[in-house]
Amino acid sequence: MKRAIITVVGKDTVGIIAKVCTYLAENKINILDISQTIVSGFFNMMMIVDVGGSSKSFVELSSELEQVGQEIGVTVKCQLEDIFDSMHRI
Amino acid sequence: MINISEVRETNDMIEKENLDVRTITMGISLLDCIDSDLDKVIENIENKICSVAKDLVSTGREIEREFGIPIVNKRISITPVAIVGGAACKTPQDFVKIAEALDRCAKKLGVNFIGGYSALVSKSMTKADELLIRSIPEALAKTDFICSSINVASTKTGINMDAVRLMGTIIKEAAEWTKEKDSLGCAKLVVICNAPDDNPFMAGAFHGVTEGDAVINVGVSGPGVVKEALKSVEGKSFEILCETIKKTAFKVTRVGQLVAQEASKRLGVPFGIIDLSLAPTPAIGDSVADILEEIGVEFAGAPGTTAALALLNDQVKKGGVMASSYVGGLSGAFIPVSEDQGMINAVEAGAITIEKLEAMTCVCSVGLDMIAIPGDTKDTTIAGMIADEMALGMVNQKTTAVRVIPVIGKGVGDTVEFGGLLGHAPIMPVNQFDCSAFVNRTGRIPAPIHSFKN
Repeated sequence: MKRAIITVVGKDTVGIIAKVCTYLAENKINILDISQTIVSGFFNMMMIVDVGGSSKSFVELSSELEQVGQEIGVTVKCQLEDIFDSMHRI
Repeated sequence: MINISEVRETNDMIEKENLDVRTITMGISLLDCIDSDLDKVIENIENKICSVAKDLVSTGREIEREFGIPIVNKRISITPVAIVGGAACKTPQDFVKIAEALDRCAKKLGVNFIGGYSALVSKSMTKADELLIRSIPEALAKTDFICSSINVASTKTGINMDAVRLMGTIIKEAAEWTKEKDSLGCAKLVVICNAPDDNPFMAGAFHGVTEGDAVINVGVSGPGVVKEALKSVEGKSFEILCETIKKTAFKVTRVGQLVAQEASKRLGVPFGIIDLSLAPTPAIGDSVADILEEIGVEFAGAPGTTAALALLNDQVKKGGVMASSYVGGLSGAFIPVSEDQGMINAVEAGAITIEKLEAMTCVCSVGLDMIAIPGDTKDTTIAGMIADEMALGMVNQKTTAVRVIPVIGKGVGDTVEFGGLLGHAPIMPVNQFDCSAFVNRTGRIPAPIHSFKN
């Protein structure tokens, strides 16, 4: 298992989750957890995913996800979970 | 499991508060490149650096991408060139050839700087040390990515005043050689007391002879993050202030530790140390002076600044030490002038002087850094400034350094533009009274009494 965090931030619109999840399904990325809020009209979503099953490299996945975000007009970031674990867990 | 607010906190630090890893610096020993034939030495050096560090830049980029954290610089530090080239170089120009070879390596590998065009002369100079020092002005003028540092003093050996005097002259010559570029050569040259062997930051980085064959050292940063955190504790007690700095430093350092471990694993090179430094850049919001203002002084330089800086430096270390398995290098807050917009503002407002900066260097991690001074400042005056700073380091058992830039053709009231991370700076006035009779005495200042601890 190789866990990563995907964050999606931007103006709320129809189909954000659908588009991101479609990409994830096509690339065999399993979603472990989703949390989502709207902060003053802005869509904020975080997903914990397992990228271990994907045949693409992590760098490739994260740049393609960035592109998916651009198409919908939101910012999508994909980072390995370790950076958050390091900072917030002892 | 990580939650959404923690993720947002980390990403806000990166996106809004300029959190980054300032540098991954690979230390490479060149002791096995030594030869009495200059061409052979150069060939050995190029082969060694270009093979050991071939994946440094690409690995750095990969880590940046995967963790979503910028790694601003990828650098190399090497064994002091005075040692490596000592057997082969018979003239300063021979050393310049080594500098040019190093510059070629830097360009080929795409690293930001190679540090270690250095000599360690805290007690006295060998013939090779002196040749290297005399070659510095030409070497820095003929290369783009080479940094030079000379260790002229230590708590154990005292201050080598012959080297201090020589460096006063060399700094002026380096300024002269690069006068078309606002004397930029001097921005790549630092004179140090108690230089650490494992410093990842330029211009003082070199790979000490106590180190192994290769090592990964990482310098963290994050003044913007500390400043933002302090906004939430305005008017609160020192206890709360210090706790906030400590917690923030802990978080920042943990990211550095992660990056260092990853880089070490992927490059197959042992991890050395994390340098817990608050390193500012000219970017707005990435300033150590801004933190001092947030703590409560109107401008850096106002009364109280030294105490605020002492507190900041100490809390950064206390928070950072627990976050990393090995801490080293300079570790503390940097107070360069040209690289810190808040510091530049303080100079322009007339709030800070070189003398106040000197006092601040007693409690921060380095010294008089990136200060532009009038181009007609005398060699002996520069040597006097170096001697003062070296004395602070020697007596207080800490690293201190001088990186001043006498800008040829410019005086107080003018501004210089170095560009990039080196920033821009108003020229600061220097005390005009003479110290040549002091500086021109030969020999060395003995080590202080408290250095005899055996």
